[in-house]
Amino acid sequence: MTKKILATPLAERVRAVVFHRRVVFGVPFAWLLLFFLLPFALVLKISLTSAVMAIPPYEPVFRWVENTLSVVVNFGNYLFLVSDSLYIAAYWGSVKTAFLATLFCLLIGYPMAYAMARAPKHWQLVFLLMVMLPSWTSFLIRVYAWMGILGNQGLLNSFLLWLGVIESPLKMLNTNFAVILGIVYAYLPFMILPIYTNLVKLDIRLLEAASDLGCRSLTTFWAITLPLSRAGILAGSMLVFIPAVGEFVIPELLGGPDTLMIGKVLWEEFFNNRDWPVASALAIVMLALLLVPIVLFHRFQAREMEKNG
Amino acid sequence: MVRLKAPSFSKTMLMLGMLFLYLPMVVLIVYSFNASRLVSVWAGFSTKWYGALLANEQILSAVWMSLRIAFYSASMAVCLGTLCAFVITRFKKMRGRTLLSSMITAPLVMPEVITGLSLLLLFVQMAQLIGWPMDRGMATIWIAHTTFCSAYVAVVVSARLREVDRSIEEAAMDLGCTPLKTFFVITLPVIAPALVSGWLLAFTLSLDDLVIASFVSGPGATTLPMVVFSSVRLGVSPEINALATLIIAAVSVIAFIAWLWMRRAEKRRTRA
Repeated sequence: MTKKILATPLAERVRAVVFHRRVVFGVPFAWLLLFFLLPFALVLKISLTSAVMAIPPYEPVFRWVENTLSVVVNFGNYLFLVSDSLYIAAYWGSVKTAFLATLFCLLIGYPMAYAMARAPKHWQLVFLLMVMLPSWTSFLIRVYAWMGILGNQGLLNSFLLWLGVIESPLKMLNTNFAVILGIVYAYLPFMILPIYTNLVKLDIRLLEAASDLGCRSLTTFWAITLPLSRAGILAGSMLVFIPAVGEFVIPELLGGPDTLMIGKVLWEEFFNNRDWPVASALAIVMLALLLVPIVLFHRFQAREMEKNG
Repeated sequence: MVRLKAPSFSKTMLMLGMLFLYLPMVVLIVYSFNASRLVSVWAGFSTKWYGALLANEQILSAVWMSLRIAFYSASMAVCLGTLCAFVITRFKKMRGRTLLSSMITAPLVMPEVITGLSLLLLFVQMAQLIGWPMDRGMATIWIAHTTFCSAYVAVVVSARLREVDRSIEEAAMDLGCTPLKTFFVITLPVIAPALVSGWLLAFTLSLDDLVIASFVSGPGATTLPMVVFSSVRLGVSPEINALATLIIAAVSVIAFIAWLWMRRAEKRRTRA
């Protein structure tokens, strides 16, 4: 067996290796090109058409009639987005909500990740599983849990009434407060994990040195720990902020009529109004808004995935 | 004196944070045994909502549909994600590698409404051009889930691939193993734990997805999150509480087994 392989000419073996590499690269590349990148081009194309009552409900961009190729490009959807204050308010509302939720996630998640990274080794594994476990259960159901807690007849209001802190139920469900709370709750694990991964690798000798040289623990934290965990903070913030901007389920279930978020508006344009071109234009503008955060996240993630052990 | 104990502030935050993460789930579990429909009233212990859940044909068929889609998506995502991880960690000079690594990290953060809409538009266009898929359903959801789950698998597997000792692979190749055989005999057993955890992660992600599946699904295919969503949109439902309890119980059991297994592996490593 071995003799046979060694007997094959070198050129043939090299060719086999090159072929294998091409397949390993080509299969996922083709899949992602077709099912990830090409669809974005289609969204761009359809955002430049006008809606009609047909199946599919938009006008074609290219038309071949009587030996003439006509290209119809309609910028009306984008002008419509700019002219209607509803859409601008929705984009602003999404960014504001996502930003606040990211901030709260960071304020809650960082100390948690810090305590986890400093815990004894066998406890770290337990905490890690405990942080990840909620995200393995259903996202939808965890958001839904807050409906029962925050409602007017809900658990929290009943409890506060029983305590006598409040006279009449507080309106908490269907408010922007509930949306932010829901995002913080649902995305907290995604903030904790990258910060924890970062903090656990922190060279403990740096902290010892600082302490030996007379640094107080709070100063050490500001001067050493926090700057060194910047990459983890950035990754965690992007993992929360970017999906939160486009969030649909949380504003739909916990938000009220005055909750304007772009994911919800897009969903309604698509499913309720069946206006595919406007929905596509909304998606393109959202993508443009998120381009900088996505590139930042990609740079971090690519570095994480490429570096050798 | 060197003090490296965690300050009590962060420890307190950890405890409070865990409480925050788990209290709502405990509430769901408790109320799934409440005889009353209302959250504010405790009408005694009852398991009637579990009975109602198991008699609900719509939910049961949606569970079966979701499990099948999750199984196929996770399996395909493990194949594609592993290939991507190989390219990213091993083929440093391959042309097109940068584009591939962008396409594999972007789905991790891409808002679901955008992914869902874009894939639907692709399927509609494909149906016009090549006549497939004529009706959207399981196959289109499978493609959509495979695509975004591959990204998560690639992250998990590449983390493991980085730690693999290349010299064993090189030794096998020097002794005449073909690259394919080297992969199956040497590399695969070493990265198998990462493949298992990648598969499980992809399975739960697929099982949980509402938004993307709603866009790319047709009238024939209703997944569990779609049924849950249309029911909770109308308000609190005790049957969904029962379903939530079953899901939490199943995930907890799997997590506990994973913990025992990881602890044993850890002990074996420290002993060796």
